[in-house]
Amino acid sequence: MISFLEFEKPVAELEKRIAELRAAAGDDEVDISSELKRLEQKSADLLASTYAALTPWQKTQVARHPGRPHFRDFVEYGFDEFVPLGGDRLYGDDEAIMGGFARLGGRRVMLIGHEKGHDTESRIRHNFGMGKPEGYRKAIRLMNLAGRFGLPVVTLVDTSGAFPGVEAEERGQAEAIARSTEACLALPVPMVATIVGEGGSGGAVALASAERVLMLEHAVYSVITPEGCASILWRTAEKAPDAAEAMKVTAQHLLKLGVIDRIVKEPVGGAHRDPKAAAKTLAGAIGEELDKLQGLSENELRRRREERFLQIGA
Amino acid sequence: MNWFTRVRNSLPFGTKKDTPDNLWAKCPQCSEMLFTREYEDNMSICPRCDHHGRLSADARLAQVMDGGFTLLEELDVKEDPLKFRDSKKYTDRIKAARAKSPHKDAFQVASGSIAGHPAVVGVQDFTFMGGSMGMAVGTAFCQGAERALSRKCAYIVFTAAGGARMQEGILSLMQMPKATVMTRRLKEAGLPFIVVLTDPTTGGVTASYAMLGDIHVAEPGALIGFAGQRVIQDTIGEQLPEGFQRAEYLHKHGMVDMVVHRHKLRDTLATLLEYLAPRKAA
Repeated sequence: MISFLEFEKPVAELEKRIAELRAAAGDDEVDISSELKRLEQKSADLLASTYAALTPWQKTQVARHPGRPHFRDFVEYGFDEFVPLGGDRLYGDDEAIMGGFARLGGRRVMLIGHEKGHDTESRIRHNFGMGKPEGYRKAIRLMNLAGRFGLPVVTLVDTSGAFPGVEAEERGQAEAIARSTEACLALPVPMVATIVGEGGSGGAVALASAERVLMLEHAVYSVITPEGCASILWRTAEKAPDAAEAMKVTAQHLLKLGVIDRIVKEPVGGAHRDPKAAAKTLAGAIGEELDKLQGLSENELRRRREERFLQIGA
Repeated sequence: MNWFTRVRNSLPFGTKKDTPDNLWAKCPQCSEMLFTREYEDNMSICPRCDHHGRLSADARLAQVMDGGFTLLEELDVKEDPLKFRDSKKYTDRIKAARAKSPHKDAFQVASGSIAGHPAVVGVQDFTFMGGSMGMAVGTAFCQGAERALSRKCAYIVFTAAGGARMQEGILSLMQMPKATVMTRRLKEAGLPFIVVLTDPTTGGVTASYAMLGDIHVAEPGALIGFAGQRVIQDTIGEQLPEGFQRAEYLHKHGMVDMVVHRHKLRDTLATLLEYLAPRKAA
């Protein structure tokens, strides 16, 4: 069962009518197949045109859609094997940030990413994808491991931001994020990052300081959530749609600004309509990017990574 | 504008309205009425309660560096590429900030020495749009690191910022990895990078170069953290612990090496520089 967003209401109504007609078709002699076909076409067109013209705020909602595929879904549908690795060896294991060995086609990689969870129980377990210092320190450990054994690093970024809590501050949230960014930049192996849902602030950049940065078509990436920005600059969170617009949070904007390198298409109507297809497309795109980086020297990889950030603002 | 006016105007309290001619200033902590000149002679520290007031970049440089340092020219960056507008245009906000400042943005770099030890010193200026880190701040940070690399000397950075400059959106976020590229280069060149955390240092600044120093020094009472206190309070729904996110709290939790009184700061930096003399020929 798909849960519909506010702006999807017209599509939802059409789909409801189609479902009713289908149910009726079973016990009725009247041939409604042509009417059904017409409605289905209309619904598909409406969905496509709606999604082709999403506003930045609507995209933010799609990126946060409860049915959107998350780390575990991408692993299940897009990767051939996943060997999860746990713990930062300092304090604990943070399930908001997962990581481990993975196979992608014929390639062996280190896969790291945020997991938000899909129901109340798992959302709490994964802390809604908001990483704590131990999560970022686990990421650092796994990146260093990948570097030593020549495994390319693939990250899937999906967080509203790093966890804002007392214990996270006590254990050095800022330091953990800074060191994780540093670990990305130091990697002697290829790194491909993808913003798959929300790319929220420092908690995202800590896993996205790569030489190739991809974004799913309806993902968003920003320095602060639209609500946070609105409550500071407009003094009310209700202006979040304006803030989303002003901050240029969409993949389409960020490609133009040179902040990301590639947009990965989502199924029509968003990744939540067909998580399997979304994961397969993404896996294909990441594979292509890794192939392009294969054979580059450590220095060349680092140089490319450094250049992409040094040129911003210059 | 002369040095005195500049420092006076950059004080975070003692506005013209309630204190004509700024003869008097009120300590934001103990509310003691202070004679402005005496307060400044005391490095903007309250003689009664020892509260460390915020300093402008120029006042800070004058306090810690040897005379005769060179202030580096601020590099131009792309202005307002997002064409950002909230209740006001970003370009208007920048103009207003510049009208009140002798500088173009919130980060100044000086090349010179501290007690004879060669050093490049970067100072983030909270009085300029809350010290917020946008492209100009990120670029100035990198410029300072470049100068330290070419002089093969230490880089000392005084941080002060509410965080990233929201009006530059993602481009301000990208300054975090950008600055980190340079802290890595300093490390590889065997040069010391010393961070002095001053009030307040929060958000993306803390989560990048402010926490990547070889040594972290903090000023007493400085607010230092990643997330804002209001955000944390909303998340946990309870009172924050006593002294939360203050310099002493960070010291206790192992995030800074020392909390140093401003009167002793210059001497402390000189001592650190003696131990961290660059060894490797870069």
